[in-house]
Amino acid sequence: MIRFLEFAGRPLVFFVEECGKIILLLLSTISWMFRPPFRFRVIFKQMEFVGVNSVGVVLITGAFTGMVLALQTYHGFRMFGGESLVGSTVALSMTRELGPVFTALMVTGRVGSAMAAELGTMKVTEQIDALNTMSVSPIQFLVLPRIIAAILMLPVLTIISDFVGIVGGYFVGVGLLKINSGIFMARMIDIVDLEDIFNGLIKAAFFGLILSLVGCYKGIYTIGGAEGVGRATTQSVVLSSVLIFISDYFLTAVMF
Amino acid sequence: MIKLIKITKSFNSQKVLDELDLNIDSEKITVIIGQSGGGKSVLLKHIIGLIRPDSGQIIIDGIDITNLNDKKLNEVRKKFGMLFQDAALFDSMTVGENVAFPLNEHARLSRKEINKIVDDKLNLVGLENVTHKMPSELSGGMRKRAGLARAIALDPKIVLFDEPTTGLDPIMRESIDKLIVATQKRTKATFVVISHDIESTFTIAHKIAMLYQGKIVAVGTPDEIRSSNNSFVKRFIKDLRD
Repeated sequence: MIRFLEFAGRPLVFFVEECGKIILLLLSTISWMFRPPFRFRVIFKQMEFVGVNSVGVVLITGAFTGMVLALQTYHGFRMFGGESLVGSTVALSMTRELGPVFTALMVTGRVGSAMAAELGTMKVTEQIDALNTMSVSPIQFLVLPRIIAAILMLPVLTIISDFVGIVGGYFVGVGLLKINSGIFMARMIDIVDLEDIFNGLIKAAFFGLILSLVGCYKGIYTIGGAEGVGRATTQSVVLSSVLIFISDYFLTAVMF
Repeated sequence: MIKLIKITKSFNSQKVLDELDLNIDSEKITVIIGQSGGGKSVLLKHIIGLIRPDSGQIIIDGIDITNLNDKKLNEVRKKFGMLFQDAALFDSMTVGENVAFPLNEHARLSRKEINKIVDDKLNLVGLENVTHKMPSELSGGMRKRAGLARAIALDPKIVLFDEPTTGLDPIMRESIDKLIVATQKRTKATFVVISHDIESTFTIAHKIAMLYQGKIVAVGTPDEIRSSNNSFVKRFIKDLRD
């Protein structure tokens, strides 16, 4: 029985251990946040990588999410004559949930994995040791700028995603499905509050923290050469995605 | 002066260093030789505080770094430069930016002054017209030279070398050996080299320390080691040659 419990509980112990180590890295990163030198150039470079270079993928996923949402809700609402609610449903879904979550998942795939791969390669080729020997903290030089950039840029990307999602929903609802434009917009403005948008952006910032922290954690603790880098990259995407979904539930429960 | 006193280090249950004692003289080249996987890199990383010992003391210029906090350890590390086995140049920076990195971090100099030092150090290690190249565009030997230029950028008092000739062809190996000797003569720094290359060791060392089963089993000048009648030293050299 004990052996069975040990076997069954191993993944849980591993998960809790990983979360504990990630939190320790976070605390260490926070402690470096207020100590000079402040590396604004590195932060801006990371903001470009996390934010500007992700705009394309966010535009496409945001637009098509809004479009498909309009299409699906239209067919459902038509059954009881509620087509006028399509606009507000799309807007509410995008701002509260789909904008932040889908943006975070896309950025995890594009940026979180790259962070794990880059830092993992630096670890196995002793570049992180080299930083230490030159009295430069790898946490301050590598981890902190990435986390700040992700926390700042995820809300910006989410705003873009929300906007193009709503535009995509409008295009399908009004342009293709012939919902009255005035009603579409009026119901949307009636139902969606500024708070919905704002809370969605807080979620996005939190997801930015998760994906960058996990990516950096998996990177700087990489062991085992090229194979280890591959493993770290995959694990960072899986763990970030899982944590994003779990934290999304709790953030929603608290905020809405 | 670097002093290692009764250093013990184990990974899991395997003892890598076993109450190791070693004194390293200032302004000389000391080569620590031993077999692959024998704990040489671990020993070197102890000297610069990248690994902490399970027990024992590490004294650098009179300062016990064994239990120093990160801030104080970073101060001591400013005395060091280190050339890693594969140079560990930063992939995302040019060669010039790599060499300038420690200067940008720790020296309060103008851009012009930093560029001058970068050019001087690259010339010193025999590299020209590589400032704007990426590390991936360099050969193995050139990468090591660039790594050495970065290691000596701040004119450190102590330079550590992790297997500087591993993976190089015989001509390049000889060239790196000459470079190490010439650089030490010019800088008058303390060089600590770890190697399993016995020929290179006899070429560059002022003093040789033999690491075997976690302990330093013999120390002496190259002549003393070469002419030693100690059967263990003879067998050790023969094993490394083979």
